[in-house]
Amino acid sequence: MSEEIILDIKDLKTSFELDDFEVKAVDGVSFKLPKGKTIGIVGESGSGKSITALSILRLLEKPGRIKGGEINFKGEDLTKMSDKRIRDIRGNEISMIFQEPMTSLNPVYTVGQQIRETLKVHQGLGKESGTKKGVELLKLVGIPSPEQRINQYPHELSGGMRQRVMIAMALACNPDLLIADEPTTALDVTIQAQILELINDLQKDLGMSVLMITHDMGVVAETCDYVAVMYGGKVVEYQDVKSLFKNPKHPYTVGLLNSIPRHDIDVEELEPIKGNVPNASEMPKGCRFAPRCPFATDLCVEELPTLDEQSDGGEVRCWIYTDRWNGDPEVKVNAKERTT
Amino acid sequence: MSAEQANSTALKPKKVDGPLKRSIKDFYKKLAKNKSALVGGYLIIFLFIVAIVGPFLTTQDPDFIDYGVKFEGPSAEHWLGTDHHGRDMFTRIIHGLGITMSIGIIATIIGGIAGVITGLISGYYGGKLDAVIMRLIDILLAFPGILLALALISILGASLQNVMIAISIFAIPTFARIVRGSTLSVKNLEYIDAMKALGASDFRIICKHILPNILSPIIVQASLFIASAVLSASGLSFLGLGVQPPSPELGALLSDGRDFMWDAGHIALYPGLAIMLIVLAFNIFGDGLRDALDPKINK
Repeated sequence: MSEEIILDIKDLKTSFELDDFEVKAVDGVSFKLPKGKTIGIVGESGSGKSITALSILRLLEKPGRIKGGEINFKGEDLTKMSDKRIRDIRGNEISMIFQEPMTSLNPVYTVGQQIRETLKVHQGLGKESGTKKGVELLKLVGIPSPEQRINQYPHELSGGMRQRVMIAMALACNPDLLIADEPTTALDVTIQAQILELINDLQKDLGMSVLMITHDMGVVAETCDYVAVMYGGKVVEYQDVKSLFKNPKHPYTVGLLNSIPRHDIDVEELEPIKGNVPNASEMPKGCRFAPRCPFATDLCVEELPTLDEQSDGGEVRCWIYTDRWNGDPEVKVNAKERTT
Repeated sequence: MSAEQANSTALKPKKVDGPLKRSIKDFYKKLAKNKSALVGGYLIIFLFIVAIVGPFLTTQDPDFIDYGVKFEGPSAEHWLGTDHHGRDMFTRIIHGLGITMSIGIIATIIGGIAGVITGLISGYYGGKLDAVIMRLIDILLAFPGILLALALISILGASLQNVMIAISIFAIPTFARIVRGSTLSVKNLEYIDAMKALGASDFRIICKHILPNILSPIIVQASLFIASAVLSASGLSFLGLGVQPPSPELGALLSDGRDFMWDAGHIALYPGLAIMLIVLAFNIFGDGLRDALDPKINK
């Protein structure tokens, strides 16, 4: 790729170490995010997507710990940085917005006080210039009559409004990378669309990169340029968004796409992926998805496939796409099968 | 136009009060709903005024001894009578009010601050540090408060200052426990994570984001603790371990009156009533405060 890479994660391993066992929540995740683009990380609950995001900002709670790998952000390895330096980066160069706008703002401070705080920490702005910038930011994220809103408390705002305030706070210092951890999950559909549009617009205007964490394929389709599908702490498929929807490769991705309704094809019954995400402390030793995969063979159960680049540029972690595939030679997971 | 009226006529451009002014108004409104809290509050203000201004207005010296008038009952000249040395009880109680209340308040502030800091550190950082601090607090809690104070004073010696120190030390565990618990419940909320993600330091998060959110239980505990601190201070003085004579501390006055209960009951009665008034005022105010500050109770 010729574009400038802003975030380059290599073989990231994050574990939660308890007294007698270790939970490998993120187990060797690698991906690259070009400048100004959006990457979506998709997966079920427990697939390690949020932990990946928290690892980037080093916000893991004990006993969580980054065990290995690199997170290169603009050429610096975030995992090896001092606490002071990473604090400077948080909110300034990398910002994060959270899932629950209802609880992401401190109830005892007004919107303005909270925006000013970020500005004060990173840019040393005083009360007056901070308020001025705050009003500008609120205007930027589309909040009507920002001069009044800035003096209101979070409980006086609606959920969508609060998420806009969160975005305003995250954008206060013009970050290069915005991590959005399921930013629309707690909002209703019309507000979701507005917030996604807002993030898209701001991304274009400000030229930032976005890491979008979601389990909603609709959100992915609407916002992302690239998609990494995660399962059991590993990336199982990495593609640009168009190819992913047109030609999903990994049986898990196919399953995900099969489980959402489509308006272009009549489907009698949606097909769920059977079973649950395996417990992170007792992962199968072969392919993580093998116990739920309709095509699984002995090879899948015994050995973990690698994430291999395919002829069309996508990457997939599945034995089906290798020479060693010994199952049904007819099995090819393609767009047609998605709808059957 | 007040803020509520402005809210009800949402179509008109609002004239909104500043955030601080609004929260103070809001708080007073909630407090005013609870009549006994309001009475307690006014009583506290009254006691403060008496304790501060009173000593300048009384015409007599609290330590002036006049054996000609000892054991006299209430009269126009001596409103609450005189004690066994002929000292004017009214003057002594007015002076004593200040001493007793300041012991209670200062001890609560010192002990409260120490307890809050301990609780915040313990709750926020958790782990081994938390375990060690909490075991120490448990040890302190295992002693009955007055016994602990007695032990401390027997080490430090009896004086006004040492009574304050002893009481503040036994204030620490109660505050630390409450603050730790509240910190634990607040520190995992999303806005704390959001603040971390925006680059705030631990110190900043503790002081600016956790502390203000757990302030209400601290304030309630403080106002209730003042009552028990006053009681302990008087109790220690009553036992002769606190403020030394002739200083007119209320507990000491009560102790003086004890020997003459049958012959001149007023010497013990009035200081006792004064102590009761202080304790009652802070207790009902604390109770009302708890209701006013608890968002779950009020509507």
